[in-house]
Amino acid sequence: MKIKKKCVAMLLAGGQGSRLYALTQKVAKPAIPYGGKNRFIDFPLSNCINSGIDTVGVLTQYQPLVLNEYIGNGQPWDLDKLHGGVYVLPPYQSAAGASWYEGTANAIYQNMAFIERYNPEYVIILGGDHIYKMDYSKMLDFHIANEADSTIAVIDVPRSEASRFGIMTCDEACRIVDFTEKPKEPKSTLASMGIYIFTWSKLRKYLIENEKANTGSKDFGKDIIPAMLSNNERLFAYEFEGYWKDVGTLDSLWEANMDLLSPNVPLDLYDPNWKVYSRHNNMPPQYIGENAHIENSMITEGSVVDGIVDFSIISSGVTIEEGASVKYSIVMPGTTIKKSAVVEYAIIGEDCVIEPNAVIGMSPEFVPNRDDWGIAVLGHNITVSSGKRVLPKEVISENL
Amino acid sequence: MSINQNVLGLIFASINDSAVIDLTKLRTMGSIPYGGRYRTVDFPLSNMVNSGISEVGVITKSNYSSLLDHLGSGREWDLARKNGGLHLLPPFSQVGGGTNQGRLEALSNIWSFVEHTRAEYVILANCDVITTIDFTEALKQHQETNADITVIYAKGLYDRDKSTNGCILQLDEEQRIKEVLINPILSGECNISLDMFIMNTEFLKQVVLEAISKNQKSLIHNVLQARKDEFVFKGYEHKEKFYKIDSLEAYYKANLALLDTEIRNSIFSSESPIYTKVGDNAPVKYGLESNVKHSLIADGCMIQGTIENCVLFRGVKIGKGAVVRNCVLMQGTEIGEGCTLDSIVADKNVTISENRVLTGSSDYPLYLGKKAKI
Repeated sequence: MKIKKKCVAMLLAGGQGSRLYALTQKVAKPAIPYGGKNRFIDFPLSNCINSGIDTVGVLTQYQPLVLNEYIGNGQPWDLDKLHGGVYVLPPYQSAAGASWYEGTANAIYQNMAFIERYNPEYVIILGGDHIYKMDYSKMLDFHIANEADSTIAVIDVPRSEASRFGIMTCDEACRIVDFTEKPKEPKSTLASMGIYIFTWSKLRKYLIENEKANTGSKDFGKDIIPAMLSNNERLFAYEFEGYWKDVGTLDSLWEANMDLLSPNVPLDLYDPNWKVYSRHNNMPPQYIGENAHIENSMITEGSVVDGIVDFSIISSGVTIEEGASVKYSIVMPGTTIKKSAVVEYAIIGEDCVIEPNAVIGMSPEFVPNRDDWGIAVLGHNITVSSGKRVLPKEVISENL
Repeated sequence: MSINQNVLGLIFASINDSAVIDLTKLRTMGSIPYGGRYRTVDFPLSNMVNSGISEVGVITKSNYSSLLDHLGSGREWDLARKNGGLHLLPPFSQVGGGTNQGRLEALSNIWSFVEHTRAEYVILANCDVITTIDFTEALKQHQETNADITVIYAKGLYDRDKSTNGCILQLDEEQRIKEVLINPILSGECNISLDMFIMNTEFLKQVVLEAISKNQKSLIHNVLQARKDEFVFKGYEHKEKFYKIDSLEAYYKANLALLDTEIRNSIFSSESPIYTKVGDNAPVKYGLESNVKHSLIADGCMIQGTIENCVLFRGVKIGKGAVVRNCVLMQGTEIGEGCTLDSIVADKNVTISENRVLTGSSDYPLYLGKKAKI
C-alpha cells in the first residue's frame, strides 16, 4: 500500500566534514553538537516537522553510528509516524551491484525506490551542516505558484564572500538565468543554501540521465542544475531572509555558537512556536555552585558549574570545577574542566578531561602576530594533562 | 538491574493530597512539580522502571488532568509497551463518586485491573516520598523471608508537630513488624514508613476482597495494624536519602535539599536516572549582569538578575537587578526588574511586576498561587 505524500525530504548527511578535522574523525558532521543542546541535524529535522513535512530520508555513509543512534526512531522530532517518519538510508547492495554514494545526485538516485514508496509530487533536498530556521512550506508554495521544475533557496551574502558559494543570477520574476559554482567574479550576491525543491517527475528524469552520462561528479550543483538550466527548465530562486550559517569549518562553528550570545543575531531558540527539538538524556537540572560566576552564556542540564563562565556555550553533563575559567568557548557534552584550568577561545569536544592548571587557547589580544591566532580545538575523548598548554590555532586529536 | 517481569507496580498518585492543600488545589499529589523539571510521580515510576518492572498502574482519584497530560503513553519512562507498560487508572465506580479514602478502597475501585494481573508480586508506592530506590533487594528479602507484606522504611527524625501523616514502625530483631503507629506522640529517630509495600498478588487479592466485604478502606488500619499477629509483616530498611512531602514547608525543604551535592547525587544517580516528560527547552541563558550562586536551574530559564540558594523550574525569567534568594519558582514564573524575593514558593506562571519586595521565612515560605499576578 502506498500512502501518498505531497513532499518528501531527503537529507544529505553523508559528508565527511573534513574541514572540521578532529571533531569529525569518528562522528558524522550532522551529529556534531551545537548551541548546548542540539546537534546540526536537529535544524533540518525540526524545520521539516514544523513545516509539515513528515517523511524524511537521511542519507548516511560516513561514520554513521552516533548519527544513527541519535536519530533512532525519530521520536524526539515527532517523526515516528505510522506512515512516513524518518529513515536512515545507508548505501546498499542490490541485484545490479553495490556502490558507495558517489555524489549528492547519485545518493538520491540510489534511493529513488525509497522516494517512490511515497509517490510524492515534490522532493526537497536538504543538507546537514547549516544552522537556520526555515519554513519549507512557504518555499513549496512559492515553487507551486511559479509552476517551477526546481526552486533553489538563496540568501544574499556580502560580495566579498560570494565566491565561496554557488551564485545565482535571476530575472525580475526570480527565474534563474545563470548559476555558477564558486565564481571568481560573481555576477550577483544570491548564494545557494543547498536547499532544493524539485518536482519529482522532473528530478527523476534528470537523475536517470545524469547517472547514464556518468559525469564523475554526479552532483546537484555541478550536474543536475546546469543540465536543467541548459534545457530551459523552469528554475526559480527563493530568497530566504533570516539567520543562516554554514558550520562547515571550525571558525564558522565557533562563530555560529557565539552568535547565540549576541542580542543582535536573529536566531531565537526560545520561540515556543518553532522549537528546535533534540534527543535528551534524562539529566537533572544544572547546578551552579557557591564559587561560580557566570555572564552572558548558555548552559544546559546535567552540568555542574563552580568556576567562571563568560561568553560561552556549555553543553549537557559538563563539569567546571572551582577556579576553572571558560571564556569565549564552546564545551561539548560530558567534558570535565578541572580546578584552575583555563579555556579561552576554544572548542572542546565531547567527553574530554582537562586536568588542573592546563591552558587551552588564548585571547587574541595576547598574541603579537594576528596570523598566529585562531581557535584552539580539542577533538572528542581527549585528556589534557595537568599544566599542559594548547596554543591558539592548534587542533588536538590525541591525548596530551 | 534485574528483570522483574513478575512484578506489577501500583502507584497511588492521589494519596495524602490534603497534606499540601495549596499545591493540590489544581492538581493531585503525583503531578506536583519538583526539583526543577520533575513531577513527584516521576520518582516512584522511575524507581520501578529502573528496578526492571515493566508494568505499572497509576491510580488516581480526582484533579488528574495534569497527571494524565504528564504521563501520556508512558513513553518517557519506556512504558509504552505492547505487553504491560503504563496503565492510568482513574476510579471505576458504579455508585457514588470515586473517593479513595484508603489504599484498599482505591484498589477496590480498580479491581478488574488488579484481578487480571498475572504478576506474582505487587509493589505499592505513593508519590509523596522523594527517593531513589532499587526494589530488587527489597523484593529478594520479601521472597526469602516468606513475608506476607514487606514494608519499606527508612530511619529518620520524626517530629509529630510537623508531620501530618507519619507512620512509624516498631520492629523486632528479625525485622518483623511489632507495632504500626500513626502520628504517635514520639520524637527523635524512628523507623519511618516510606509507604512502599511489597506483597504476593494472591495475598493482596485476598485482603482487598475481605476488606471490601467488611467495608474497610485502609491498608494500614485494617490490615497492617489489625492483623499483624495473624500474618507476617516485615520491614526492609532503605538507606538512601528520602524526603516526605507532608507539608508546604517539607515541600520547600525537599526542593532546596537538592542544592547539597551529596543529596543531589543520591537522588539523581547516574545509574538510575529519573525520567520525566521532555519539555524541549533551550539551554539557560545568563545575561551580562547575571549573578548566580548555589542554585539548581532547569532549561529554558533567562536570568539577568541575582539568584542565590534557589530552585528554578523550566522557563523562569528573572529581570535585571532582581535579587532572588531561597526561593522555589515553578515553571514560567516571571520576576520583574528590581524585585527582591526571599523564601517564596511560586506556583506555575506567577508574574511579579517590577520592584516588588516579597519575603517569607524558611520554616513558613510564602506561597503564591498558580497564575498569580503581583
